[in-house]
Amino acid sequence: MASRLIDVVSTWAVPLFLVAVPVYGAIKKVKVYESFVEGAKGGVQTAVRIIPYLVAMLVAVGMLRAAGAIDLMASALDPLLSRIRFPSEILPLAIMRPLSGSGSLGIVTELVSTYGPDSFIGRLAASAYGSTETTFYVLAVYFGAVGVRKTRHAVVAGLTADVVSLLVAFLVCRLAFM
Amino acid sequence: MLNYIWLAMVVLAVVLGGINGRIEEVTKAAIDAAGGAVTIAIGLIGVMALWLGVVKVAEDSGLMKLLSRAIAPVLKWLFPDVPPGHPAMGSMTMNIAANLLGLSNAATPLGLKAMQDLESLNKAPGVATNAMCTFLTINTGSVQLIPATMIGVMAAAGSKAPTEIIGTTLAAGVAALAVGVAVARLLQNLPLFAVRRQEPEARPGPPASEKPGEGA
Repeated sequence: MASRLIDVVSTWAVPLFLVAVPVYGAIKKVKVYESFVEGAKGGVQTAVRIIPYLVAMLVAVGMLRAAGAIDLMASALDPLLSRIRFPSEILPLAIMRPLSGSGSLGIVTELVSTYGPDSFIGRLAASAYGSTETTFYVLAVYFGAVGVRKTRHAVVAGLTADVVSLLVAFLVCRLAFM
Repeated sequence: MLNYIWLAMVVLAVVLGGINGRIEEVTKAAIDAAGGAVTIAIGLIGVMALWLGVVKVAEDSGLMKLLSRAIAPVLKWLFPDVPPGHPAMGSMTMNIAANLLGLSNAATPLGLKAMQDLESLNKAPGVATNAMCTFLTINTGSVQLIPATMIGVMAAAGSKAPTEIIGTTLAAGVAALAVGVAVARLLQNLPLFAVRRQEPEARPGPPASEKPGEGA
C-alpha cells in the first residue's frame, strides 16, 4: 500500500513540479520564460566544467577494470570477510559499486540471473546495489561542478558509508531472508 | 586524498595489466573512458538546463527562499555553516527530495546547483567546505523510498516478490547515511583535513544574492 503511494508520488513529482513552479512564478509576476532561459544557460557551462574531472575519474576506473583489478581486490578481501560468512560471490560487486555504476549494474544483473532473483545472493546483491551510489563518480561530478580539487574528508566519509551499507545490507538480509 | 587514490588506481592498473597480459585492454579502456566521459557530460547538458531553468524561476518568484526557510530548522544542524534562507538550503532540499523519490535525472542537476550555491559561501575556492563534504556524503549514499532500478532487475529475472528488497535496501541506506554523515562531521575538525589558510569563521551576511558566474 505504502509502496503504491510512493510509486504514484514519484510518477507525478516531476510533472507537478514543472507546472507548479512556473504557475507560482506567474502569480508572482515573474517573466517565467525569460527567467527559465536565463537559468538554463548555466546547464551548458556546468556540463562542460565537469568534463576534465569526469575524464580523470572514468579513465582510472576503466583502466582498473580492464586490468582485472576488481577480481584481484575481491579475492584479497575474501579471507577477511569470510570470517563473518559474507558470501564471496558478492565481493566483486562490493568493490565495483563505488567505482562504476554501469559496471556494478552488470554484476548485479548477472548475480540475480545466476542465483535467481529470490535467492539470498540475489536479494543481497540488489539490496547492496540500491543502498549506495557510485561514490567516485559523484565525487568527480559534484566537486568538478565547482572546481574543487582539495576534497578533504569527503572520500573517507563516502567510502565509510559504502562499507556500512554493504555490511548492514548483509545483516538485514540475513535477518529477513535466511 | 584523491591525488593518492587516483595515482594508485592508474599505477595498479598498468602494473596488473602488464602481469595479467592485458595491457592492450587497459590502453583501450583508457581511451574509451576518456571519450565516454565527454558523452556523459554532453548528455547532462539538456537535463541540467531544464532543471536550472526551473530552479531559476523558483528563485525569481521567491519560492526557493520560502522552501529554504521552511526546511532550515531540519537542515540547520547538518549544515551549521549555511545561513537559513540561503539558496543552498533550497537546492539541497530539492536534491534530497529527488534522491528519495529515485528521480536521478533531476537529482544530479539539482545537486550540482546546490554545490554551486554552497560554493558562494566558500572562502577558499578549490577547497571543499564542511557543508560540501556533508552534502556529498548524503549523495554518495543512497536513501531511496523505492529502489526502482533494482525492483526492475528482480522483476525482469522472474522474481515472485520483486518488492521484498525495499525494506532491506532502505535499512542499509539509512544506516550508511547516518554513519557517513557522523563520520564526515567528526573528520572535518581533524588537522589532517583542515582547510589550509584558514581564517576565523565569519558568519556570512544576508543570504547571498544570485551568483551565476561562480568561480571555477
